[in-house]
Amino acid sequence: MGNRRSRVNELGLSKTDYNGRPSTLCKGCGHDSISSQIIAVAYEDNIRPNEIIKLSGIGCSSKSPAYFLGQSHGFNALHGRMPSVGTGALTANHSLKAIGVSGDGDTGSIGMGQFKHLMRRNLRMVYIVENNGVYGLTKGQFSATADEGQKLKYAGLNELPPVDVCMEAIIAGCGFVARSFSGDPKQVRELLRAALNHNGTAMLDIISPCVTFNNHESSTKSYPYGIEHEMQLHDISFVPEMEEITIDDYEPGSVKNVEMHDGSVIKLEKLEEDYDPTDRMGALHRLQWAQEKQQFITGLIYFNDSRKSLSQVNNLVDTPLAHLGDDQIRPSKEALDALMDDMQML
Amino acid sequence: MGVIQADKSATAAQASTLGDRDPIVNDFSIIVATANGTGSQTSNLTILRALFKMGIPVNGKNIFPSNIQGLPTWYHIRVSKDGYVARRETSEILVAFNETTIVQDIQDLPAGGVCLYSSDIRNVPQREDIIMYGIPVRQFLRELDAKGPFRDRYTNMIYVGALAYLLDIDLAKIDRALDMHFSKRRHLVEANMDVIRMAYDWSKENLEKRDPYRVEAMDETQGQILITGNEAAGLGAVFGGMTVTAWYPITPSTSMIDAVNDYAPKFRHTEDGKATYAVIQAEDELAAIGMVLGAGWAGARAMTSTSGPGISLMSEFAGLGYFAEIPGVIWNIQRVGPSTGLPTRTGQGDILPTYYLGHGDTKNVILLPATVQECFEFGTTSFNLADVLQTPIFVLSDLDLGMNTWMSPKFEYPEEPIQRGKVLSAEDVAEKGFARYRDLDGDGIGYRTLPGNEHPLGAYFTRGTGHNDAAVYSERGDDWLQNMARLERKFNTARDLVPGPITDEVEGASYGIIAYGTTLPAIDEARDRLADDGIKTSFMRLRALPINDEVRAFVEKHDYVYVIEMNRDGQMHNILCSEMYDIATKLKSIAFLDGMPLTARWIVDTLTEMEAK
Repeated sequence: MGNRRSRVNELGLSKTDYNGRPSTLCKGCGHDSISSQIIAVAYEDNIRPNEIIKLSGIGCSSKSPAYFLGQSHGFNALHGRMPSVGTGALTANHSLKAIGVSGDGDTGSIGMGQFKHLMRRNLRMVYIVENNGVYGLTKGQFSATADEGQKLKYAGLNELPPVDVCMEAIIAGCGFVARSFSGDPKQVRELLRAALNHNGTAMLDIISPCVTFNNHESSTKSYPYGIEHEMQLHDISFVPEMEEITIDDYEPGSVKNVEMHDGSVIKLEKLEEDYDPTDRMGALHRLQWAQEKQQFITGLIYFNDSRKSLSQVNNLVDTPLAHLGDDQIRPSKEALDALMDDMQML
Repeated sequence: MGVIQADKSATAAQASTLGDRDPIVNDFSIIVATANGTGSQTSNLTILRALFKMGIPVNGKNIFPSNIQGLPTWYHIRVSKDGYVARRETSEILVAFNETTIVQDIQDLPAGGVCLYSSDIRNVPQREDIIMYGIPVRQFLRELDAKGPFRDRYTNMIYVGALAYLLDIDLAKIDRALDMHFSKRRHLVEANMDVIRMAYDWSKENLEKRDPYRVEAMDETQGQILITGNEAAGLGAVFGGMTVTAWYPITPSTSMIDAVNDYAPKFRHTEDGKATYAVIQAEDELAAIGMVLGAGWAGARAMTSTSGPGISLMSEFAGLGYFAEIPGVIWNIQRVGPSTGLPTRTGQGDILPTYYLGHGDTKNVILLPATVQECFEFGTTSFNLADVLQTPIFVLSDLDLGMNTWMSPKFEYPEEPIQRGKVLSAEDVAEKGFARYRDLDGDGIGYRTLPGNEHPLGAYFTRGTGHNDAAVYSERGDDWLQNMARLERKFNTARDLVPGPITDEVEGASYGIIAYGTTLPAIDEARDRLADDGIKTSFMRLRALPINDEVRAFVEKHDYVYVIEMNRDGQMHNILCSEMYDIATKLKSIAFLDGMPLTARWIVDTLTEMEAK
């Protein structure tokens, strides 16, 4: 590690050049792990920071773009409205690529409409949902992606079915839909790398456990947190310092049980090697099947790169609209005068 | 034509004395009552354009329902030799082609008025004090063998022909108007002209002209065009350097985007057919303004167009645009609120909410066009101000200006160069460094970089959360104070950058009048009438908010000033009182809104009444 600082990539940038500001998220938060992987991929793949824009909505996840790629422009927008801001920015400059970071509340609830329309429009954006099933910044309400039957200390029992953002993305027409787990850095990196190379919108749903508020009390809980811990959680200013959850690599086709901070267990099933991600109906079927078994399938779930991007649909000039010269964006005097003559019905 | 019989019983009932009046030439109004969705707009525009081509000043207003087909619609055409274009309260000539409204329509005619009606309508009310002309429309349609949609279209052309005879409208000008309407597709022009001529000839043979109203060619429309405010605004955007338009359909703003979609492909494609602009139909108004701000942030000249309900939805983004300092242009073609209100009627009820749109201490720059020419000019002005001030610019037009057809001197090529404001290149950053919100020039306006800037220090993080002048997240009280003070400084800079008021100061004026937007034509006419009665008035028309020092000087110069506007609460009066609280007692509010454009008569009556107090 000692030599790493001096090492540079093909652009002559060191890995620290891809860092952002220090994270203010809780220690052990899965979101920070995702930021680290974004930094790693950008560094390793020689991505120019000025060719990336970072976008987010509101929420814990949406704070994270400040914590990676400090040399890229960033825009922390409104709750659930990052897709529209991204649509405008990428239309203004189609030479840019966006990394959008959202959360399950930002995407699955308040931003559901914009999310689905972003998927339809197919802009050059990697759209990451850092999904923990809970509202962290407002201290622990259910999000729309929370499991049916799940219990939270603050919010009680969730009796509503979850929104599956992967299914929503596929149905809306997204051509790159993947799911992973923040504690599986290798898979996250692989998917990020592929997503950044996709000519259109890529949606990554990354299960990212909340260390503080997603204190499951479901029946699968193998050993509940002690009474002391539960008591302390009532005092919302107390945030326990947690270790980040990481898992060892697991085989395609296998199921991995991962224990959360509160002792509950989630099941990850890595898609088998001969899984066909180009089969849209098959992908939806597989997601439905996994949901019934209360498992998360991980990997590239659906892929289709045949759709045009929005800039192509809009038939835009090669030069980004934001860079066009005055004479390209204002027609000539002759053009106006001729039109005025027509309008006088001469 | 002998087969089509005139309705003699109705015409015979007329009092003969009505016919003995002196001719009334080029000074009356026509109201055409039809049903929505029958295509009568083509006929009405044809009459309007033909009169315009005869050199006679005209104005056309469509009073239409919020409905696709079937509900009543009225088209008002004012013919004014003196060039007045405001709405009048009464119309002397009624074309009564809508069975469901004919009773009220005839009742509304002034004594001595004229009613041209379809004699197929049963139980047409009779009035002794008006002149009635019946046309057997169904017989015409039978003769023409009109089927399907052609029944409605021909019906509407029948009244064009009959009016042409009765008022003496030049048929050649009608042909010219149709030629323009159908983009020179002569077979369509001829098909309609056949119907018009048939109705003209029949009227000549069967209707005895007994009313005094007629038109005569003048030379008052040379160098002028006829256009709606929305079309002018769309054209203005295309010539103002618009690069991104994001919008969501809403009456009465939609036709502005239609104009962008008409003109941009004509003028803004490269030789190889690529577009130098994008138009995106968003999923709602929230997304529309989100796209505008995203695009503005990335360096585009971006705009949207909406109306009241859309403005309400845009509130949160407006605050973000103000606070994160992002350029964007938002046209609001005002209709009547609160809530869904009267979607197809006009008003000025969004001034106050727009000025402060967004929670917290948000204040927005507003442009207030009053004419189609200003709609065109503000196409450039609004984008320039947005880029220079790095803030959302709201342009408040209204339904009357936006959707109705106005005469205007033809538009001159914008004198204003395209301005992009304080944008740093990578070289600039290398030379001067970069702190996004630092007030280096003392005008409150910082320097920005665009995404893609190649300098390692050229990036910054845009946020709606508290930040210091280097755009770094901050919850410190003094950072907040400094930032908000600078935003206030910037707002004050705007006062002298926005279009200033236009003032007509009259020596010895009894009082001043302040107004804005489309009350202009009614106020112009009212002031002339008052002047004829020996009452002199001075007039200041505001063209933007925030106001500059000229407004204070104007108020100080007069004993008192009436602020005339179309809303209930006197919204501009409110704003002016708070901006000039020390002299606020000199400001008197005249505010009224029933959904229709103000008339000169109402203004004269109201001012007279207030003065008598």
